[in-house]
Order: sequence, then structure tokens, then C-alpha cells
Amino acid sequence: MNWFSKLLPSRIRTETSTKKSIPEGLWDKCTACGAVLYRAEIERNLYVCPKCDHHMRVGARWRLDHFLDPEGRIEIGENLKPVDALKFRDLKKYKDRLHQAQKATGENDALVVMQGQLKQIPVVAAAFEFRFMGGSMGSVVGERFVRGVDRAIELRAPLICFSASGGARMQEALFSLMQMAKTSAALARLGRHGVPFISVMTDPTMGGVSASLAMLGDINVAEPNALIGFAGPRVIEQTVRETLPEGFQRSEFLLEHGAIDLIIDRREMRDRLARLLAMMTHKPTP
Amino acid sequence: MNLNFLDFEQPIAELEAKIEELRYVGSDNEINISEEIQRLQTKSRELTESIFANLKSAQIAQLARHPQRPYFLDYVARIFTDFEELHGDRAFADDAAIVGGMARLEGRPVMLIGQQKGRDTKEKVRRNFGMPRPEGYRKAKRLMEMAEKFKLPILTFIDTPGAYPGVDAEERGQSEAIARNLYVMAALKTPIVSTVIGEGGSGGALAIGVCDRLMMLEYSTYSVISPEGCASILWKSAEKAPEAAEAMGLTAPRLKELGLVDFIINEPLGGAHRDPDATAAAVKTALIESLERLETIPIDKLLDQRYERLMKYGNYNE
Repeated sequence: MNWFSKLLPSRIRTETSTKKSIPEGLWDKCTACGAVLYRAEIERNLYVCPKCDHHMRVGARWRLDHFLDPEGRIEIGENLKPVDALKFRDLKKYKDRLHQAQKATGENDALVVMQGQLKQIPVVAAAFEFRFMGGSMGSVVGERFVRGVDRAIELRAPLICFSASGGARMQEALFSLMQMAKTSAALARLGRHGVPFISVMTDPTMGGVSASLAMLGDINVAEPNALIGFAGPRVIEQTVRETLPEGFQRSEFLLEHGAIDLIIDRREMRDRLARLLAMMTHKPTP
Repeated sequence: MNLNFLDFEQPIAELEAKIEELRYVGSDNEINISEEIQRLQTKSRELTESIFANLKSAQIAQLARHPQRPYFLDYVARIFTDFEELHGDRAFADDAAIVGGMARLEGRPVMLIGQQKGRDTKEKVRRNFGMPRPEGYRKAKRLMEMAEKFKLPILTFIDTPGAYPGVDAEERGQSEAIARNLYVMAALKTPIVSTVIGEGGSGGALAIGVCDRLMMLEYSTYSVISPEGCASILWKSAEKAPEAAEAMGLTAPRLKELGLVDFIINEPLGGAHRDPDATAAAVKTALIESLERLETIPIDKLLDQRYERLMKYGNYNE
């Protein structure tokens, strides 16, 4: 701040100091290729860069909003709220971290689950909110997921889950680890009922989420170039003491190694998942 | 005897050294010092009792990783007969970090699965420090499904820092291997008893730990991430591991209090490594009791109970 701006009344000062090279709200930069893009165009393109096809991270509610048909949506388990049963405190209290995340995202935990329709096929769809403590899986995420499974069984409606998570929520300690067993057991039950589960892994899907519900799809799908794996790249680098190969733990790497069935571009997601689900449930092509 | 004392056991180590010294002198001289030795031994025991009565989580974590702590195969040799190790996942390799096989417990056939650490350097490397790769989990799954087919109860022994975080493990689908075991174990039609004997490290431990009855040795640990890992992420410094250990509550008594563990098997004074035979005997008694209890429950009911138990995990408001 220079001497001149110090003299200005604060309201005016704010305006000059926040001035950027591109007006806030109208333009955005692709985080991958750096192209300056018209924000409305990015959104129309489902947050996929029109220049380089980079799939940007999107929020859980936005995701479901653009995946499900507009009609007949019912949210599941929205009243579940996290509690700090262990009184966990690291550099910050878990309670404060929760408040902060709730304020920043408008969600009360990291998973949103909805009953709805995909091109008129009744489905249950779940999406992780990565901005909520890194999409980490704690008790509320586990319980909401299970309720989604229960609803899917009740309606005999396929389940789709978009994961985006760093893994288990450390602040819930062993309770968070047990969510891996809980969600996997629920999926086993879904499987016994013959109800399809499609797992869509988005950037990033790591740790306890990838080592439980995310890898258990009848069909495992990934968005292009998403980071997917068990151990984080930094942990692996420290273990093997060498730099990791280009493209390691990316969707294309997983496809090549047989861990996933398909990579699907976000702009085709609705059409192709609907087509797959229609075949799995013996319905005509939607 | 070199007990390999941990830092917080140093006062005991000093006393024990004094006792050794006196013994040495005693055998050299004719002076009768047995009384003095006895006095010091009593003092050493009392000191051990008082130190072990107030262990911090981080100290228990040290005991769980004690280099002389009995490992899975030490228990197998002391508890079971007719052990036949069964190898390989039928697809890629045999992972020495997970051992599986059939054996008899007081005559009854059972399936054993456990993570195995190595004692000396060569063995440590061969066992990959008890960190399984996907083929290890897939071998475990194969043997557990076989146990279901032949109606053998499954006894798993958990002792791992975690699933191996390596390039090859990722290439072969570490996540899927763990997830698949959770999926399969949730509905296996045979009783499963899991015992944490050392380190219960995260998903790598849970992948053989979905069960009807979870037991922990008194000085074992079970946690979502290692204290060092937790500290370096949340405290931005691995040196805060003691704080992280305390905050996560990874000890047997704390986890029992939280309802996550069913039974604690007491260890001899000073820890399992001070008396592996006595520890194994206590584990054996607990396993027999567990099986007797589970085998009276009809299998459908047992599976319902297992499912309910899994669904109950978690704390939330509604």
C-alpha cells in the first residue's frame, strides 16, 4: 500500500486494492492450461476447460444438480450432523474445523445424497464435497452413504457415487476407519439385492475412501486425469525414495492397470451412465 | 537377558543392570549377596508396576512396536497344532507380509490369517516390515472364502504399520484389494475373531479385521493413521506424534471404552515380550472362549449381528 492509498477513505481503498487484471466474477483461468475463460462459458461446459479439457473440481451439490433430472429430487440424511465425540484437538479444535467447513461450504458434512432420476431412471446419487475438510469420511459421511444404500434397496434403484476425498477423517480417529467397513458392508448388502452400483471417482479419490466404497462399483468409472490411489504420492515418494513416473495414480494409469472400467468425460456422464444402467436393469435405451 | 528396554523403562534397566552385576560378583566371591539381589528384584518389580500403571499412549505405541514383541508366528507355534501354511493369491505372488493357513485349536480345525513382521534385518525385508501388498490381501481373501466353504472359523491376527505404500502396490490395486476384503468379510458365513497383537495400522489392518469379535492385547494399538502420520498432517510436524497418539485414543482401554473393542487380553508385567508363553496362553484362552460363544449362534443370526455391529459404528446428531 503506498502513501496515496493510505490517505483514502477505507471504502475507496478497498476498491482500488482489490482491482485485478480481470474483473472478478466474469472471467476465470483454467488451472491446468492457464487459458483465460469466460466464466459463464466454463459453467455451461460443466467446469471442463474448453481449451484443454481439464476437469476442474466441482462441489457436491452442483454435481448432483447437473447430474440428476430436475424433477423429483429428495435429499437423504440431510439432518445428520457431525459431533466431536472424542473432543479432538490438533492445532485447532475439531469443533472449530467443522464450523469453519460448514460456513465455507454451506454443507454440514462432506457427503450429499439424493434420491432422484437420471434420464427418467430412478436412482440414488451421492457426491462428496471436497471443500469440506478434504471430503474426508467420518461418521456422518458413512451414515449418509448407508442410508443412500438403504433407499436404493428399498426402491430397487441403482446407486451412483461421485467420490472426491483425501480419505478417512483423522479427527474421528478409529470411528472414521470403521466407516470403511460400514460402507463396504452396506454395498455387499446392495449387491446381494442385485441393485447396481456405479462408482465415479473424481479428482482426488484417495486413502480410506478409495480403499472402501469407491473401488467397489459393479462398474468403476473415473473422470479424466483424476488422482486416484491408496497412499498419497508424497508418502510413496518418501517410502521408495525416487520420483514417481509421469501420470502415476491418474485415471489413465488406473485404466491401463485394470483398476477401473472406463474413463468418462463429465459432459458425457449423464448419457453414458444412463445407457449403462438401462442395460443393467433391462430397460430400453433412455 | 537383554530385554531391550525402551526409554521410559530406563530406571528399570539400571536396576536390572545392578542385579546382573551383583550376580556376577556373587558367583566370583563367597560373600552371600542373594538377599541384596532379592531386595533389588522386588524393587525392580515394584518400579515396573508403577511405571506400567501410568503409561502414556505414545509409550504404549512404543510397546506395540517393541522389537522383541511376539509376532503372529510366535503365537501360532504356542497356541495351535498341525499348522500348515498355505501360500499365494493364485494370480500374482505369495506375499510374506501376510501368513495364512489351517491349524487346530485344541483339536478343532481353524483358518489362521495374520500379518507377519520379521525379527532380523533379512527377515524384516522379506516380510516387508509387516506391510502387505495387494497379493497378500488377496491371498487372505482366498483363504477366508475357503474357510467359509469348509465351515472353519477364521482367526485373524493384526500386526501391521499399514498396507504397503509403494508404486507396485498401487499398480496392482492396493485400494481395491483392501476394499474387496471389507466387502467379502462383512458377509462370510463363518465366525470371525480378530485379535490386535501389535500395531493395528489403518486400512491395512482393517482389511483382515472385519469380525464378530474384536480383541486387543493390553499394549497393542489400533488407529486410522500412525501417530507420526497424523502429527505430520495435522500438526505439520512428526515430532508431535505423542500428542497425536493421545488425541486419537489408539489404546485398548480407550477403544474398549468407546465400544469399538470387545475384549482386552492382559499382558504380563512389562509387556508381552517379557513372557511370550504366558501371553500366548492368555490369547489361547480368549480365543477358545470367543469361539465357544460365537459357535452357539446360528449362522444367519451371526451375520445379522455382524451387520448391525458395523452399522452402529459412528457418532452423529440427528
